[in-house]
Amino acid sequence: MKAFASLLERLAFTPSRNAKLQLVRHYLERTPDPDRGWALAAMTGDLQLRTVTPSMLRGLAAERLDEKLLALSYDFVGDLAETIALVWPDGAEDDPSLSQAVDLLRTTGKVALPAAISAMLDRLGPSERLAFLKLATGNLRVGFSARMARMALAGMGGPSVPDLEELWHGLSPPYVPLFDWIAGGARPENAARAPFRPVMLATPTDLEELRALSPDDFYAEWKWDGIRVQAVSDEGIRRLYSRTGEDISEAFPDVIDAMDFDGTADGELLVRRDGEIAPFGELQKRLNRKSVGKGLLASHPAGLRLYDLLIWLGRDLRSEPLHQRRAVLDAADFGDARIDVSSLLKFATWDDLAKLRADPPATVIEGVMIKRRDSAYVSGRPRGPWFKWKRDPMVVDAVLIYAQRGHGKRSGFHSDFTFGLWDGPELVPVGKAYFGFTDAELRELDKFVRANTTERYGPVRALAPKLVVEVAFEGLNRSSRHRSGVAMRFPRISRIRWDKPAAEADHLATLEALL
Amino acid sequence: MRADSILFPTESGLYCPEGGFHIDPLRPVERALITHGHSDHARSGHGAVMATRETLDIMRLRMGPDFAASTQIADGPTRIGGVTVSFHPAGHVLGSAQIAVTPDRGPKIVVSGDYCRAPNPTCLPFEPVPCDVFVTEATFGLPVFRFPEPLTQAAKLLASMAEFPDRQHLIGAYALGKAQHVISLVREAGYAAPIAIHGALKTLCDYYIGQGVDLGELIPATADEVPAQLVIAPPSAFASLWVQRFRDPVIGFASGWMAVRARARQRGVELPLIISDHVDWPSLTATLTELAPSEVWVTHGTEDGVIRWCELAQTPARPLRLVGYEDEAE
Repeated sequence: MKAFASLLERLAFTPSRNAKLQLVRHYLERTPDPDRGWALAAMTGDLQLRTVTPSMLRGLAAERLDEKLLALSYDFVGDLAETIALVWPDGAEDDPSLSQAVDLLRTTGKVALPAAISAMLDRLGPSERLAFLKLATGNLRVGFSARMARMALAGMGGPSVPDLEELWHGLSPPYVPLFDWIAGGARPENAARAPFRPVMLATPTDLEELRALSPDDFYAEWKWDGIRVQAVSDEGIRRLYSRTGEDISEAFPDVIDAMDFDGTADGELLVRRDGEIAPFGELQKRLNRKSVGKGLLASHPAGLRLYDLLIWLGRDLRSEPLHQRRAVLDAADFGDARIDVSSLLKFATWDDLAKLRADPPATVIEGVMIKRRDSAYVSGRPRGPWFKWKRDPMVVDAVLIYAQRGHGKRSGFHSDFTFGLWDGPELVPVGKAYFGFTDAELRELDKFVRANTTERYGPVRALAPKLVVEVAFEGLNRSSRHRSGVAMRFPRISRIRWDKPAAEADHLATLEALL
Repeated sequence: MRADSILFPTESGLYCPEGGFHIDPLRPVERALITHGHSDHARSGHGAVMATRETLDIMRLRMGPDFAASTQIADGPTRIGGVTVSFHPAGHVLGSAQIAVTPDRGPKIVVSGDYCRAPNPTCLPFEPVPCDVFVTEATFGLPVFRFPEPLTQAAKLLASMAEFPDRQHLIGAYALGKAQHVISLVREAGYAAPIAIHGALKTLCDYYIGQGVDLGELIPATADEVPAQLVIAPPSAFASLWVQRFRDPVIGFASGWMAVRARARQRGVELPLIISDHVDWPSLTATLTELAPSEVWVTHGTEDGVIRWCELAQTPARPLRLVGYEDEAE
């Protein structure tokens, strides 16, 4: 438990993704089975344990400490599990293994659970108590996704990320056959039906790059503003995966129902009403859910727009050229209005395509995809066969109003900016941007921040409203969580307007008009 | 005489009318007794100042030679007006002392100032002084504060330096006491390479070394390239331009507050080190049990926790509600 607890503590304070990956990889290399597998599943949220309620914990703590002191302590710390971990009297520490703790939380019956938890706490030191209680309350909050888990595992020198993605859904904690494979043993059999297949990604391009290529060698189609998914239907088992292999089937029962085919298809997940594609913001309401209610299913119906087939009726098409895969796709009958096929655009020259891109028939189109007709379906992001030519970003001129110091390579520099737009005489915050500027510009911005601070709140500084920045973003959603009522997608600082007076920055109404 | 007419809080701080002096006064007074050199306890502009030799040295180093009209080194029991005072080690920082006030008739009061019971190689250990009234701090006066063995925190720092050998580790530690404590712990844990220190730490580190505290080889962290993996700096330096010379540092902070995660997060710390020069809850309550005073007064911090503990232990206790003491040392 000690190694796991110190890993969790370290992760909780480590902002850098690379540093997190390194910490986890070293932990996995040094920790025996089955502890390391349980740890991995706990961090990625793939461990189903009996959940302990806050009121049970409060009751246990009250048996060990005066209630008034407990209340004062909780008031100070602000987190119940942490408070209890800190105030719990030290017992005879014997460092039980993580597996023992996991077993306790998997197998103990409801009645015996409180006493078992107390007994376990008595055997642990303070940081292990916190790790155990976080495990028991079901929320580690260390910012470590299943995707990062696969990256850490790939870093151990065995199978690659795509290898791991392909197998992931057939594996279950504590992943002993997986670790055997990494150590040089046999590749585990893919036990799961309807597995995820690593996806093929496109690289960004522009007209200049395209001019060197022959338009006749390529297909083009609209780039729809939904999320990339892989829809798999395999002998009655149906799954919908995100492009990184997360299983999102539970949030989309309507799509799963419609997937009455046998194969693995690549396409865009969209919310669609009467044939019209809804903006991304509408799809967002359906994402990240464990389940979805009838109301939302009716008001936000989801569907698929397919553009490729990996496997069809038992035949693996991935090594065949795109024009052949496309022929199979065009010939397929999906028998449900929720599923259709992304149509190909007609163009003879790149300038034709540029015109189409400049004036798409719908606002939910975010550019064009360009794919070699002879391209095989390969995993990863090879440069050459597939391109994305996104529409130009939207831009507004905003005023910097807050700045916060960064971490790691940006230690000591104010690198995280909140910017605002005018709403009458007032500047309303509309978003935050962390990048888009060069290192030299970062130094200039930091100098500006230090010279124009009006107030300080810890690492955050309020700024005199003087500096205008051009903010580029990919889209705009209505949002009740933002004071401005709008949320930008992927905002970044595209230009620093040292020349522009703050009074001439854009108004909130300009942004609202873009909705 | 009743205890609260021998010593009581005023706007200037704790005052003893029989002796005509204040203890750790918050504003300039005629006669001041100072427990230790932290700036919230040791201020300039008093008439006569009495403190340990080290505390007077430290005040001179920090505030210049004219910090008081006259000074007197505390040396054994000393008669001041109608009371006798004596200074006893508090284990907090170099020179730190508790001040015992003994009237001819009436209860003996010990003002502990800031104190610590954990062994600290940079200063004398706390000396328990039997008394009727014990005046305790309560900086960490809640049961959530149970500090680990300080050496485990040095080990944690060294483990991080081994995990990220290419990243410099910048540890925030206050200039008086904490910085030297952290350095001596790292040395005790076996780290022998040169340690870089921010310019603001130099004077006091030099003073500690002059007093016989072994800090190993220290180099200045002032050049553009600092040739040391471990760098100690006052926390304020992390907001300054100075920190920009480090490319991808791990930023740590050595403080008792690091025991609570929300506090560490507020500071934007990547490596929280729980190293304190104050009593934690177990040693505070153990000290009260050991001394068994007939009354406890609580100066500053989270008084409610200590008062509640005294209530459960059936020891009369009251908060002095002295304002103006920060936790500079933490």
